[in-house]
Amino acid sequence: MKRVTEIIDLGISGLSAKFLAGLLRSLPLLLMARARLSPAYRHRLLEKNFTARIVVRGDGLDTAFRFAGGSVACCLPPAGGAEVEISFSDRATVLKLLRQPGDILGQLNAMKNFRVDVRGPDELVIWLLQTVKLLVAGDKGPTCGIRVGGGVVRYVNNTNGGPVFVYVRDGRILRITPIEFEERDGASWTIHARGRSFTPPRKGTVNPYVFGLRSLIYSKDRLLYPMRRVDFDPNGERNPAGRGTSGYVRISWDEALDIVAAEIRRVKKDHGPGAIINSCGSHHTWGNIGYWLSARTRFMNSIGSSQVAHNPDSWEGWYWGAMHHWGNSIRNGATDTYGTVEDCLREAEMIVFWSSDPESTSGVYGAFEGTLRRQWAKSLGIKMVHIDPYYNHTAALLGGKWIAPRPDTGNAMALAIAWVWIEEGLYDEQYVATRTVGFDRWRDYILGKVDGIAKTPEWQEAETEVPGRLVRALARQWGSRKTYLSPGGLAGFGGACRCATGIEWARSMVCLMAMQGLGKPGVNMGCLQQGAPVDTHFYFPGYAEGGFSGDLDHTGLRVNLYQRMPQLPTMNPVAQVIPRLRIPEAIFGDSCEGYPTDPKSIEGQFRRFAYPAPGYSPVRLYYKYGGSHFGTMAESNRYARAYRSERLEFVVNQSIWFEGEAKFADILLPACTNFERWDIGETANSGGYSHHQFIQWNHRVITMQHKCIEPLGESRSDYQIFLDLACRLGLGNLFSEAMTELDWCRRLFDASDLPGRLSWKKFLKKGYYVVPAPAEANRAPVSWRWFAEGRDKDVPELTPLPGEYTERWRQGLQTQSGKLEFESSSLKRFAPDDPERPPLPTYIPSWEGHHSGELYRRYPLNLITPHPRYSFHTMFDGKDATINDVPDHRTLIDGYYYWIVRINRGDAQQRGISHHQLVRIFNDRGAVILAAHLTERLPPGTVQSPEGSAVYEPLGEPGNSPDKGGCVNVLTSSRPIISRSHSTAANSCLVEIEPWPEGGNR
Amino acid sequence: MKKYAFIIDIGRCENCNNCFLACKDEHCGNDWPGYTRPQPLHGHRWLDIRQKERGSFPTIDVAYLPRPCMHCDGAPCVAAGSGAVSQRGDGIVLIDPAKARGQRELLDACPYGAIWWNEEEDLPQKCTLCAHLLDDGWPAPRCVQACPTGALTLFAGDDWQLLEKVEKEQLELLPEAEKQRGRPRCYYRNLHRFSRCFIAGSIAERLAGIEECVVAARVILRQGEKVVAEQGSDDFGDFKFDDLAEDGADYQLEIAAAGKVRHIGVPVLTGSRVLGTILLD
Repeated sequence: MKRVTEIIDLGISGLSAKFLAGLLRSLPLLLMARARLSPAYRHRLLEKNFTARIVVRGDGLDTAFRFAGGSVACCLPPAGGAEVEISFSDRATVLKLLRQPGDILGQLNAMKNFRVDVRGPDELVIWLLQTVKLLVAGDKGPTCGIRVGGGVVRYVNNTNGGPVFVYVRDGRILRITPIEFEERDGASWTIHARGRSFTPPRKGTVNPYVFGLRSLIYSKDRLLYPMRRVDFDPNGERNPAGRGTSGYVRISWDEALDIVAAEIRRVKKDHGPGAIINSCGSHHTWGNIGYWLSARTRFMNSIGSSQVAHNPDSWEGWYWGAMHHWGNSIRNGATDTYGTVEDCLREAEMIVFWSSDPESTSGVYGAFEGTLRRQWAKSLGIKMVHIDPYYNHTAALLGGKWIAPRPDTGNAMALAIAWVWIEEGLYDEQYVATRTVGFDRWRDYILGKVDGIAKTPEWQEAETEVPGRLVRALARQWGSRKTYLSPGGLAGFGGACRCATGIEWARSMVCLMAMQGLGKPGVNMGCLQQGAPVDTHFYFPGYAEGGFSGDLDHTGLRVNLYQRMPQLPTMNPVAQVIPRLRIPEAIFGDSCEGYPTDPKSIEGQFRRFAYPAPGYSPVRLYYKYGGSHFGTMAESNRYARAYRSERLEFVVNQSIWFEGEAKFADILLPACTNFERWDIGETANSGGYSHHQFIQWNHRVITMQHKCIEPLGESRSDYQIFLDLACRLGLGNLFSEAMTELDWCRRLFDASDLPGRLSWKKFLKKGYYVVPAPAEANRAPVSWRWFAEGRDKDVPELTPLPGEYTERWRQGLQTQSGKLEFESSSLKRFAPDDPERPPLPTYIPSWEGHHSGELYRRYPLNLITPHPRYSFHTMFDGKDATINDVPDHRTLIDGYYYWIVRINRGDAQQRGISHHQLVRIFNDRGAVILAAHLTERLPPGTVQSPEGSAVYEPLGEPGNSPDKGGCVNVLTSSRPIISRSHSTAANSCLVEIEPWPEGGNR
Repeated sequence: MKKYAFIIDIGRCENCNNCFLACKDEHCGNDWPGYTRPQPLHGHRWLDIRQKERGSFPTIDVAYLPRPCMHCDGAPCVAAGSGAVSQRGDGIVLIDPAKARGQRELLDACPYGAIWWNEEEDLPQKCTLCAHLLDDGWPAPRCVQACPTGALTLFAGDDWQLLEKVEKEQLELLPEAEKQRGRPRCYYRNLHRFSRCFIAGSIAERLAGIEECVVAARVILRQGEKVVAEQGSDDFGDFKFDDLAEDGADYQLEIAAAGKVRHIGVPVLTGSRVLGTILLD
């Protein structure tokens, strides 16, 4: 086929109009010649019967072809126009496009300026363009995977819990394992510390749930066919009250897609812009193409839909609080952690884990990569302290001192630590004098000069129930040792940031480190979960860079990827924004407000927005995509009630499994997993959100995510479903650019630095690439070191934006002063008198806790709901997966896998509750039936049950009865941490527990 | 011939369940002819992880004990299996999926509860050490490959090498193995975290009305006249004597700091004892 392109090239080099006409007329001959050589191509030509016409306007050329019965021939241009019409402005445009078939930017420019225009039904247009493109492609499909004998092929894929090998035999997945590197794969790094050398093993780790994936892929709860709710008739009675209780009937894809497309058109016509909303769970699949920030965003922008604004759910206190003291808006107020593995192993004497359990949460996407590094630290004698109401798995594995404050009181202890440091001179006065502002005012507050209350270790006892002497001892050790602080499993996360005191807690964490000289050797943030010395110069996009979303406004596309992977931009014309935590209220037609998650600047979060937006329709059509929200959204029953509202005219759920929230849809569109379609992605690379997130990994692993098996049943890839709908709305060509998923993978490959290292063919076959560790001189410098030493910023990130520097580019922080601010200048500008968030971090008792009087008397137990250990939010839970058999994930009682609540033995005995007994846990917001797990890992008065149940199984009316599935967020408050935020305070939750009489005692 | 054995470090197990789940990934729904029939999707625990909390709030620790088939030399199940169970030359004990059909009594033959009943297949089943993979050249079974902390390792070598390792690294068998026929090919490190107990406390004193932790107090643990162990309290005033037998013995503690001495009796130790805050006034 190479010869064909050579002939074309030769011909067009001196292109005359006449020659071009001849060339166009010869196209059928080329197609037929290809068909004669290739059975697959012959088969393809049988697929469509239609007429296509090509016009070159400026040169008066007009040619038509008829595709019929597997053959193609020239014909006269039909009088009424052809089904597909392609017109070029002039032959120079044709010449340019023919000469450089890979020049996508040239093609896009020609399209945008109407030098080329294509009209016709999308499926025909896309088919025709792909058929012409296939003229020069090989006949065989892509060669991928490694044959390992016995008819087994080893493919590669990726998950949010690590990259994997996928062994397939006869079209069925046999096993899924971690990746073990070959000798010739990229080299590993070595760190020399205290006379020892540390090198990671030549393999990747994976999260537990990754081993449950095969059972999830083949789960009996997979949606294998499109379904319609039995009592839903789009042309008659819709019965919204049947959502959540009625059954479903199988329908064809055509019927399902026709209904959804018609409903999209109808609500736009009946209600105008804004009536459609889409919401999705994060990360239920992995990749850069079929991802929620890629294919989904491109589709939702294309149809125009109200944007659902996510709250900074993992960051809360850091975003709304800490950011005002140290900037870091690009990381939602969390910190960068470059070079900290090396610095910590070499210099640190102690690590304080505060609300930090990386052994359960894996940072995020970090699998067990950090575990080994923490074991190294332990072997070096680095001391460890764990501050957490729960004796978490990091404490259990590593040992060290466990200090268990009452939940939602953590910053009382932080203030008392500062008090000891001030009283005993255990802080870096020089650093405070030169690198910070506002210390004097905070010191006066700590010492009690402002409110008459000295924040002593004894003062904090009443709040935290931690003996003052322990806080004193901790403060003295911390103040005299080089200490790493890890607030959250990822520095800048942590359950303590998701409660009523979460903002003040995160702010206090920054202030403590400002007193200790953040950035000096051995004084930094993290717990070895982040900061491995991998190559940060090698470019491969992360998911938040938007893939092929075309969205320059709400993804990181414009920074790197858009230039490298030109694509049609998409802009959502609907400006209406709905806070995710207010979706139920929005559906009920209530007005609500929110504050944005905007990482561009500190002030981005101050821009209040309101719903409904002026001139827009309230919500009428809910397009739900991805995993179930019920287990993760505060006061979850609100969502169940909203689904059943008459005001919500249509619900479509594009889901892989029939789980939780899917049971509330009118139409179900069955999507496949990323093991059944093509994608491409790097482990733990999230692009935006947390820039260079992959430094959690010991090796950067970039994967071709092979289509390991065909989609199960009639399920389709998310890309294909969106494309099928787009075609019905005349958006198919715009959505796909006539590309297949594999084409987009190739485009993304070409856009990265990979082509400089290996060929597409090799990458496609082997399936992964390990980026070699850089030379020591090319390792990223240690975060904050530049700041501590008064130098220009030298870590490899483009933020703060140049305009945010006060002095000059790269000098100082993002804050107004350019320094660490004890008293925040941004809060002084925005709302200096806000009692919920004053410019100085202070102790503000929780609005739902032990100060809550009557409420506390009725509900005397503090419920904490950390991230689950064996699932990723609702992903991987339920669905008949093997994860259910993990006794610390769910407990099997009387044939049902119940979610677990952990309770102190004494509290349980007082209530007559025994181990593995069913209990009702309740407050005024609802009730959940759980299995009790009695333990000494919690202080009396605190109970623990992770969020993340994918199962929602109300015992009676959905939204108004106890949930047997385990959605503990039924109990949590939907009140934001502070009113000027869009946030969740899930860990401020008072409950009571009692035996559930209907459950047996085992 | 090199023979296999499990070496399991309790000090490194964090209950991640990767081993348990990897085993299910390998065996649920997969038939490995000649080795074992598919494991049912739910219910079986070929690698069972037990757990133990020691102490009481806030002085506790937690240990996890992964229990695979012990692949015993002279295994009771082999004796009871009427030819359906055998030990290979490499030490792996396998239940023949054809011959063992219907032999439910094999479950009782195993003193470790490592054999599970497959109702659908009418078959006793257990860990095969992924013999089908080892025979195919894999270096380790799925559970070992999946372990992220190094808690689970596979030994492959001669028996004398194994014994040497056991001796040198003071590896232990499960305590119940002593009373059983057969000798497990599964050894544990740091088993005391599961099978033995501790005495712990926190030493404090009042200075100028403020309670303070007593750092570096001398704490001596005695049994009668005999000094069992001695340590200094740590930076939080804590001490912890671990690896004590749960045999009902009486202990005495002597705590001394800054000229003050306290004696505390710890009678009848049958489980971990937390003495709480000990004021040195």
